Amino acid sequence: MTAGSSTGFDRLLALGDDALVMAQRLGGWCTRAPEMEEDVALANIALDQLGAARLLLGYAGEVEGAGRDEDALAFLRTDREYRNALLAELPDADFAVLVVKLLFFCAFQRLRYATLAAGPDERLAAIAAKAVKESAYHVDHGAQWTVRLGDGTDESHTRTQAAVDELWPYTHELFDDEPGLRPAWLSTVEPVLAEATLDRPADGWAPRGGRDGQHTEALSYLLAEMQVLHRAHPGARW
Amino acid sequence: MPEDWPLWEVFVRPRRGLSHTHVGSLHAPDAQLALRNARDLYTRRQEGVSIWVVPAAAVTASSPDEKDAFFDPAADKAYRHPTFYAVPEGAPHL
Repeated sequence: MTAGSSTGFDRLLALGDDALVMAQRLGGWCTRAPEMEEDVALANIALDQLGAARLLLGYAGEVEGAGRDEDALAFLRTDREYRNALLAELPDADFAVLVVKLLFFCAFQRLRYATLAAGPDERLAAIAAKAVKESAYHVDHGAQWTVRLGDGTDESHTRTQAAVDELWPYTHELFDDEPGLRPAWLSTVEPVLAEATLDRPADGWAPRGGRDGQHTEALSYLLAEMQVLHRAHPGARW
Repeated sequence: MPEDWPLWEVFVRPRRGLSHTHVGSLHAPDAQLALRNARDLYTRRQEGVSIWVVPAAAVTASSPDEKDAFFDPAADKAYRHPTFYAVPEGAPHL
């Protein structure tokens, strides 16, 4: 395998794993959101993410050329082989963390997909063109809720500011592959935080490692739950 | 908290040229989120191109108790239907 195709494989894994881990985290909210309508909204977003993950990992498997399909890549890799950014895997301690993560992460995904949709790889461009429309809605959902929680009650404001402070350092890693996107990301996120009466944290500590397979322990637990059925019953179907 | 979320009535226009039709109701904390919830609940399968949401409290409905007085008198007034009238000869586009 040439270095070039290896790079393509890694890039597709990073994109696919981002979407897959987000899908799994969002799926965990089904039946646990504050209201049934929000259950449906989050499940919709989870399924959008899962749909993108399947296309990206399926393509990654073909590029790799080692006979691994989307299921093999999703269910039979360990945490050290996952290439998602750390932000995706962080546990959602409460609804505020989920909402802020949705805003931060999906704003990044939208910009990344928009760039890829205009890129030279036609197959990837087609996947990205489909995903970018979905991302726009995900960002909107995160932004709507960030404003309501931030500019809501004292309790919701406190929790949402805590979520912003906790997640902000992890947003730096998102732009390691394409640093030029961060200004556009800031111009999406900062006005939302301002409208939500939330403080935009200072840039400082910037944990990273997800793209190299060095994850938080949270990913191990997430993968254990996601993979247990397939590992116990290979190829099981509903 | 959820009991604070008011009820909204949802109207969807299936496609351009047709009227918005009532499709159901949902809970949401405000109009903007009601619109988004409606999108997620009622247009998942390409059911529409436009959505209205209206606070259920803003709808004034006729009462079942008034049904007789409201609707029954129309039952025997066939002359209100266009088919009651014979079209005169020589007026094809009437």
